[in-house]
Amino acid sequence: MKRIYLDHAATTPMRPEVVEEMMPYFREKFGNASTLYFYGQEAKDAVNAARERVASVINAEASEIVFTSGGTESDNFAIAGIVWANQKKGNHIITTSVEHHAVLNICKFLEKRGFEVTYLPVDTQGLVNPEDVKRAICKETILISVMHANNEVGTIEPIEEIGEIAKAKGVYFHTDSVQTFGHIPIDVTKLKVDLLSVSAHKLYGPKGVGCLYIRKGVKIVPFLYGGDQENKRRGSTENVAGIVGFGKAAELVKDEMKEEISRLIPLRDRLIKQILEKIKYARINGHPAKRLPGNVNISVEFVEGESMLLQLDMKGICASSGSACTSSILEPSHVLTAMGIPPEVAHGSLRFTLGRGNSSEHIDYVLEVLPEIVERLRAMSPLYQEKKG
Amino acid sequence: MPLYSDKVMDHFSNPSNMGEIKELNGIGRVGNVICGDVMNLYIKVEDEKIVDAKFKTLGCGAAIATSSMVTEMVKGKSINEALEISNRAVAEALDGLPPQKLHCSVLAEEALQAAIKDYFARKEGAKMARDLVCKMDIVEEKALKTEYQGKAYYFCSQMCKERFEAEPEKFLSKENSRGGVN
Repeated sequence: MKRIYLDHAATTPMRPEVVEEMMPYFREKFGNASTLYFYGQEAKDAVNAARERVASVINAEASEIVFTSGGTESDNFAIAGIVWANQKKGNHIITTSVEHHAVLNICKFLEKRGFEVTYLPVDTQGLVNPEDVKRAICKETILISVMHANNEVGTIEPIEEIGEIAKAKGVYFHTDSVQTFGHIPIDVTKLKVDLLSVSAHKLYGPKGVGCLYIRKGVKIVPFLYGGDQENKRRGSTENVAGIVGFGKAAELVKDEMKEEISRLIPLRDRLIKQILEKIKYARINGHPAKRLPGNVNISVEFVEGESMLLQLDMKGICASSGSACTSSILEPSHVLTAMGIPPEVAHGSLRFTLGRGNSSEHIDYVLEVLPEIVERLRAMSPLYQEKKG
Repeated sequence: MPLYSDKVMDHFSNPSNMGEIKELNGIGRVGNVICGDVMNLYIKVEDEKIVDAKFKTLGCGAAIATSSMVTEMVKGKSINEALEISNRAVAEALDGLPPQKLHCSVLAEEALQAAIKDYFARKEGAKMARDLVCKMDIVEEKALKTEYQGKAYYFCSQMCKERFEAEPEKFLSKENSRGGVN
C-alpha cells in the first residue's frame, strides 16, 4: 500500500547522505574519541567537525555545543543543570503550561524537591505573553524555560522578546528548540537565549543524539558525572556515528532551510484551508501565521481522534492526535487544554506535520480521503445527529 | 504488534448493527463527551427476548468495536441471559483489548445494563419524557431533572442536562419549530 508520512514532528526518516556519512564510524572508524592514537584522533576530529556544523546553524561557537542523547536529555540537562548550580541565588523557575513533557516533568520533580515553579498560561492560539513572563520574575527566579515552537499546534513563541526581558533581569533563559532547529532560522545572539535544546532525529538525522547549546559563561553543573568528555559537562564515550550523522543533517538543513520553508508553507496553508472548506464543524488549532511551516492541527467536532487515525492508517496516511484515547493517561492533550479548547473538541484533534518527503499530491490525497472518513464516523456519532437536530 | 486485534479492527471498520431502531423499547446512553466516549444502545424486546439491538457511538476504535460486539452478543438472548454479559466477555469476544482500552468494554456493559433497566421501567408503565437534547424518550422518574421558567425538563444524562442548561432557548426553539406550534 502507498503510505504517506505526515508525522514529521514525531520523527523524520534519515536522509541517505546522513546514513552514508555515518557508516564508516560503525566499523573502520570505530575509535574512542578520548584516546590518543590514530583511531581516537580520527573520531575526535569527526566529533569536532560535527560540532562546528551544528553550531553554525544557530550562530553559536562550537565550544558552546554539548552533545547529548537527544531532546529530553537536553531539556533535563538545561533545567537541572541550571537550578543545581544556582540554588544560592534562588529557587524559582518560570515555564509555560504548553511545554513538552521533557520540560514539564523535570519541573514537577523539582517542585517536589523544594523548587517553586510558575507555569504561565497561553492564549487561545497558544501564545505566551512576554508581559506575563516579566510579571512572574521575582528575586528568587533563576531560570525561564519557554519552548521555541510548540510540537502539537506549531505556534512559534515570542522568544526574542522574552530573551530581552530575561537578559534585562539577569535570569537564565532556556528554549526547547526541538521543533525549530533546522526548520526556521535561529540566531542565539538575536534570540538572547542562554540554553537551547536540539534533537537530531527531527531534522532527518539519527535518533539518540542531540545537543544543548550553553552560552559561554553560563553557570551550570554537569548532567552525567563520569569522564572528561564534552568539556567535562557530560561524561560518557561519545556517540561518534550519531554525532557525525547529526552534523551532516545540520549542514543539509542549513543549506536548504529557506527553500524548504517556502515550499512547505503553501502546502500547509492549502491543507488547512481546504479541510476547513470541505469539513463542516472543523476548526484550526494554533496561530494562523506564527506557525511552524509544516504544522497543520485541526479539530473535527463530533468525532474522536483515535478513530480518525485508525481510518487514516487504513488508507496509508500517518498522522497523530491530541485525543485522550491516544494517550496512556486518558486525558486530552495538555496543550489544547491550556489553550482553552474544550475537552470534546480536543478529542477530535488531528495533527499533520509535513516534511521533505511530502508533495502537493499528498495533500490532495488527504483532502480526498479525510472528508469521507469524517462522514463515516459522524454517521456513527450520536452527537452529530443531535447537532443536526 | 498492532494496537488492536484483527477482530477489533474488523468490528471497527465494518461495525454490525450501527444505527437506530424505530420501534424500540429500551435505550441506554452512557459515557460522556468530556471523556471522549458517548454510547447509545437501542434494544427491542419481545416476550422477554432481545430481538434487535443497535448502537450509535462517538469514541475510539475500541469503543466502536465493543459497541458493535455487544449488539451482536445480545441479539436473540433473553433479558436474563443478556444481563449476564460482562465487560470481560465483550473484550474476550474481540480477542482482547489493550489494557488502557478495557474501560471501553465497561462502557458497553453499562450501556446494556442501562438499556435493560430502561426497558423494565417502560414496561411497568412508567411516565415517559423527551430529552430535548438527544431527542430520546426516557423514563421520567429515572431521568435527571432541571427546571427552566417554572417548567420541568428531563434528561438521559448529565451531559444532555448541562447542554440544555447552557442554552435552554436553543433546544426549546427547536422543539417548538418541530412541534408545529403556531
